[in-house]
Amino acid sequence: MSGEQAIFCEGITKTYGEGEAAVKALRGIDFTAEFGEIVALVGPSGCGKTTLISIFAAILSRSSGALRLAGADPDAMTNQERTLFRREKVGFIFQQFNLVPQISVVENVAIPLLLRGENRTESLDRAEKLLIEVGLHNRAQSRPAKLSGGQQQRVAIARSLIHEPSILVCDEPTSALDGATGQRVMELIREQGRRPDRLVVLVTHDERIYHFADRIAHVDDGLITRIVTSDVELAALQAAAFEKGKIK
Amino acid sequence: MLRIALKMLFGDSAKFYGILLGLTFATLLITQQAAIFVGLMSRTYALIEETPQADLWVTDPTMQFVDDTKPMQVTALDRVRSVSGIEWASPLFKGLLVAKLPNGGRQICDVIGVDDATLIGVPAIMLQGKVEDLRKTDAVFIESRGAAKQLLQPLTADKNGPKRPMQVGDELELNERRAIIAGIAETRPSFQNVPTIYTTYLRAVGFAPANRRTLSLILVKALPGQNLLELQTRIQAQTGLTAYTPAEFSWKTLDYWMTQTGIPINFGMAIALGFLVGVAIAGQMFYNFTLDNLRYFGAMKAMGATSRQLLQMVAVQGLAAGVLGLGLGLGATALFGLMIPGDRLAFKLTWHLPIISTIAVIIIVLGASSLSIWKVIRLDPKEVFSG
Repeated sequence: MSGEQAIFCEGITKTYGEGEAAVKALRGIDFTAEFGEIVALVGPSGCGKTTLISIFAAILSRSSGALRLAGADPDAMTNQERTLFRREKVGFIFQQFNLVPQISVVENVAIPLLLRGENRTESLDRAEKLLIEVGLHNRAQSRPAKLSGGQQQRVAIARSLIHEPSILVCDEPTSALDGATGQRVMELIREQGRRPDRLVVLVTHDERIYHFADRIAHVDDGLITRIVTSDVELAALQAAAFEKGKIK
Repeated sequence: MLRIALKMLFGDSAKFYGILLGLTFATLLITQQAAIFVGLMSRTYALIEETPQADLWVTDPTMQFVDDTKPMQVTALDRVRSVSGIEWASPLFKGLLVAKLPNGGRQICDVIGVDDATLIGVPAIMLQGKVEDLRKTDAVFIESRGAAKQLLQPLTADKNGPKRPMQVGDELELNERRAIIAGIAETRPSFQNVPTIYTTYLRAVGFAPANRRTLSLILVKALPGQNLLELQTRIQAQTGLTAYTPAEFSWKTLDYWMTQTGIPINFGMAIALGFLVGVAIAGQMFYNFTLDNLRYFGAMKAMGATSRQLLQMVAVQGLAAGVLGLGLGLGATALFGLMIPGDRLAFKLTWHLPIISTIAVIIIVLGASSLSIWKVIRLDPKEVFSG
């Protein structure tokens, strides 16, 4: 699937509310992303990043424009079909991990498979194997609260990948973590998440992790204002962040 | 996912035990108060149930309930006996009289006078003495609760000293006339909770102050194969009296206490309070439990959980809490009923009451679950994103 378009969008707009109270969150987004890429969406608060990633995750409908996610148009689907699309095609990593606190780590990882109605024992076996890959096999039966923030995010990474999604959506995956832990989590996302048949979309404010992205799309006031693609430009961005003291 | 739903419920021990406690307490309050109410109300027609021989109870038409004696003339008995389709008709005296006890004390007693010839109406269970002993001179029977409580006799000359239950051979006075205890009977407690004294009809009339009308009730046995409805109609048409089946008379008595007294309102308020406790504690806690877990439901929704799956999860959580709370509450009620002696507190756990409690718990759980489910259904998965 590498080289094919994981996301194609053209003139995407999103307006919340109606009439005078209407708020235009996206004002015409043109963007494409290929399988095998890691793309970061960056920009100031309220610029439309969350709206855009919600549309890329098939959670939110656009107001206008053309959109294809892994070859499909989620807005042409019923709610049920869209839910099933997310279940099959999209993996999620959240800023606050969102691990269910009352169940074990391994059960948390298995949730996407259990939602699909797969056999419980087999799902837990697969979850155990994935926990080995993220280095948490000895914590499989622990409750999430017993784990550090970095470990919890590693569990969330395992959960996001267990059903082998085509699009992995990461929402501020490092902002609840310290710098070193954030770097390790991003390394793990890159190691485990990057596949020729998968797109990783990252929303972040954290300039320290820009270098993990192949491309960085700057979102501002509902538009993608700039896409940084070359290593040189990425290095310049990092250097600027270093100068501002954001990277030590 | 249902197993995960249950683990979510049981894993939040503070809220789970809170929900359980609320539902258990609500079930206990609702069932226990309802059982006491039923027990108390069933005492109002205890005499009717204690006299199963009668097919019909004939009364003055203005009589409202079994204790509301409106004495009839004794000729009423002959008029009833003259109606066709009757195997036998027996007189029954019922009245409250003051008994003077050997120690000088006085005690109001419910005096029942049964047919001198047949002794129909005498309690079936005799703890001391035989039914025939009632034919002895001045003989009366007393029931065991009254004998052991209100009619206690001092063992010594000191009135405040140790006492013993009244027993066979003891004497008391009713309206200046001697009555000798010839037997101790076991009966169901009555609503008025005064000692009941059984004697023959003529002796009871003799104990009572002089009155032209002495016949409180007439017990009627229909001939085999006689249609009771037709017999009732005939009795009413030919005598001007009212004839009730035991069930009708019990319901009429019950209806009086239900509609003419504040008892149902008092118990109704206690039961409503139990229901409100359930809503306030268990319902609120269950709703809060769902709210606390909303972000996880939201994450699951984002990950592809259908609304149906989430509904099932909330429903199974509500069901588990409801079943456990109901079971514990009913168990606690039954234990309460077993521990409290029946004569001290009216307590009757009929098969209807667990059903009523189950319905109440279902309403509480459904109400709380519906609110929770509404919240989960309306949940926008986008909210799980930080922005």
